[in-house]
Amino acid sequence: MATLTLPVEEKKKGTEQEALITGAEAIAIACKLANVDVVTAYPIRPYDTVMQYISQLVADGEMDCEYIVAEGEHSQFEIVKHASVCGARVFCGSSGVGWMYAMEALTVSPALRVPMVCMVGNRALDDPGAFGVEHNDALAVRDLGWLLTWVDSAQEALDTALIAYRVAEDRRIFVPLAISCDGAFLTHSQALVKIPTAEQVKKFLPRYDRGDLLLHPDNVISVAPQANEDWVMEIRRQNYAVTEIACDVIREVYAEFEKTFGRKYGNPFFEEYMTEDAEVVLLGMGTLSTPVKVAIRKMREQGKKVGFVRLRWFRPFAGFEIGKCLERFKAIGVLDRDFSFGSPDLSGVVATEVRSAMYSNSATRPPVLGFIGGLGGREVTVPDVETMTEKVFEAAKGKAQPLTQWIGLRG
Amino acid sequence: MGQLFAVEVIYRGVFQKTLAKNITRDIVLAAHNEGKLGISFGRYGDAPERNGIPAKSFAIVANDELTLEAGMAQYEPKQVDLTVVLDDTLCKGGESWAWYGLQPVHHALKPGHTLVVISLEDAPTLLKSIHRREEPYKLGIIKGVTSFSGMWVFKDDHTDVRVLGAIAKALPEVFSLKSVEQFINEKLKSAVKVTSARTAFEKFTAVPVKAGEGNPEEPFKFELPGWEDMRSGVSIKGQPQGGPYPDPVTGKVGGFRPARNELFKKYSTRTLRPVVNFSTCTKCTLCWLNCPDASFDVTPEGTYDANLEACCGCGICEEVCPVKDCVHMVNESEFKDNSSQWEAYQTDKKAYLKWLESTIEKAEPIEKRSHGFRYRGQYQEQVPEALEIAKKG
Repeated sequence: MATLTLPVEEKKKGTEQEALITGAEAIAIACKLANVDVVTAYPIRPYDTVMQYISQLVADGEMDCEYIVAEGEHSQFEIVKHASVCGARVFCGSSGVGWMYAMEALTVSPALRVPMVCMVGNRALDDPGAFGVEHNDALAVRDLGWLLTWVDSAQEALDTALIAYRVAEDRRIFVPLAISCDGAFLTHSQALVKIPTAEQVKKFLPRYDRGDLLLHPDNVISVAPQANEDWVMEIRRQNYAVTEIACDVIREVYAEFEKTFGRKYGNPFFEEYMTEDAEVVLLGMGTLSTPVKVAIRKMREQGKKVGFVRLRWFRPFAGFEIGKCLERFKAIGVLDRDFSFGSPDLSGVVATEVRSAMYSNSATRPPVLGFIGGLGGREVTVPDVETMTEKVFEAAKGKAQPLTQWIGLRG
Repeated sequence: MGQLFAVEVIYRGVFQKTLAKNITRDIVLAAHNEGKLGISFGRYGDAPERNGIPAKSFAIVANDELTLEAGMAQYEPKQVDLTVVLDDTLCKGGESWAWYGLQPVHHALKPGHTLVVISLEDAPTLLKSIHRREEPYKLGIIKGVTSFSGMWVFKDDHTDVRVLGAIAKALPEVFSLKSVEQFINEKLKSAVKVTSARTAFEKFTAVPVKAGEGNPEEPFKFELPGWEDMRSGVSIKGQPQGGPYPDPVTGKVGGFRPARNELFKKYSTRTLRPVVNFSTCTKCTLCWLNCPDASFDVTPEGTYDANLEACCGCGICEEVCPVKDCVHMVNESEFKDNSSQWEAYQTDKKAYLKWLESTIEKAEPIEKRSHGFRYRGQYQEQVPEALEIAKKG
């Protein structure tokens, strides 16, 4: 690894610093501030940036943790699972097929109530071997009890990592949480980030206390025994109870975050951009927010009343809030940086979830168009956004549109 | 709704799995000769069965498709028309992977119906083990030793067809002896087996068992907790360490008795139990060290007492014991309870040693009681003996 100069200057201890860092670096710094005990690593692009930054922090004596390089992702996630059960605050992560290779460990962690925090550097699943962003990797665990959030800036990555520890380690939650960062667009691009002080973080983030679930000689328990059909439903119901309360806990933690650090995120579950008087909106997750916002400003200059909803939390999916928000618009276009082959309307994952949330929670039935684009790291361009918006306006006028369309596709 | 019949076969896990499967399959095929329909299945929960753990196979037979479907619309039949027990030590009841607490062997048997046991014992002896129940039923015995037919190599001792013959007698509504013979002729193609089935049919009798007759023990059971009462994180509380305990006669406290899970008792897995001679024990610790179930208590005297709620009856203690006359494995059906041998010994040494002597006389030598085969050709030697029993009935 090339020599790395850490951009964080801590000359003036005790005051907030500003630094030009990548999203991955921002999460590494959050791990340092959160005083993480055990980190496991196994290289795969683009997640590996965060493991490089953390190893540098450890090598420079800035961070004190067990830093374990596993022989593969399965072990990587198993190690933090066990460390977490023994009371350690843990961090790990992966990308694409690396995340899929860990799947068994990812599957068992929610039932074992392991509050591991991970970064997924979103990457297209092989084949073909590709490095660019696609969201299907993190989405593969969407039904298993994980909490899933997508961020779109380095600042939000750092803030969300701190929020993630507080949410996941809340005794009412205790499930794994993955922070998704779009490969390249966020993991590898540097932006100015405000770095809070260790004192602030200490105030915000209580000690991880596993209580009676701690695996320790003083608290003799047996974890993960075999069970037959007389026990499994009750265990699933316990994890369901987490999803019942997750939105409330997330709301509490964002309010606490705002109080401690002064940065406001408003509604934790999704960001609304120029939606106030909008006739139609686009909806999506992650860094595609940048071209979408630029395009919206351009279209607004032309008098087109279009807005944008950026989903931050995919699990829990704030179905009620989304349904109530979207019922105001004449038509909605959902841009999925993922696919769900064979799903209803052959849409992406997010469009399918949005339609489902609206069916139960919205008073109106505006058309919801699904768009699939930006796969494998392909750029979502400003003209792409304009094209989609035109189609959504057509649908708003009552003109029939295909329910799913591919954007930025050759041929 | 037409007629619906359910037959269950209770067997020892692994050793008798194939035999039980064959019997329930054959029941359906024999009934099919009379135009009836049916299915046979093993309870899936029993599938990861361990050696000797009580498990069940079922046959459901009906005279039309819709009735059969009604019989299939449950995991396992709540009530059966006939119960077959393939190992008489199961008469003490069972706790398996698939259910909790000790199920009496006639747990699912309809009142007035027949419990069929393969055994060399007589009915009064078996009734000392079989729990009493409020409804009367019938008890029939097919004379025979515990069979491992179908294990690795098919040791064909005719247990399967003898059970079919007995069923034709006890539950003629399912199938007649003629249908059994037709099935054997067509599918098993063996005239000798036809004779064995016919002999079993002719010799089979069942005695009535009155309400309240049998073993007075209250079968161990417990309530399963609701999801909010269960610990989270798929975790269970560990057992405390245990500690010394008193001598029942002198009151002297000593030794070590490990704490054991109150909800998980393993003794129904056992077909043999260790009988210990405390007067020859040299306190070498080998039984205690090698027991896979930590079932030995260290007595205040420093000898080793097998806790019979925890012992699975594997016999390793007997194998590793260096003393010639210290640990003997004896057939489980010889015993009526799980009380401590050491306490009996302490209370009256002479009486205990006398009991010990008469009990270990019944212990068969190791090579005769193995589950499976210890030397090449062993099963060929055993078959004629089994066939002799089948012939005589």
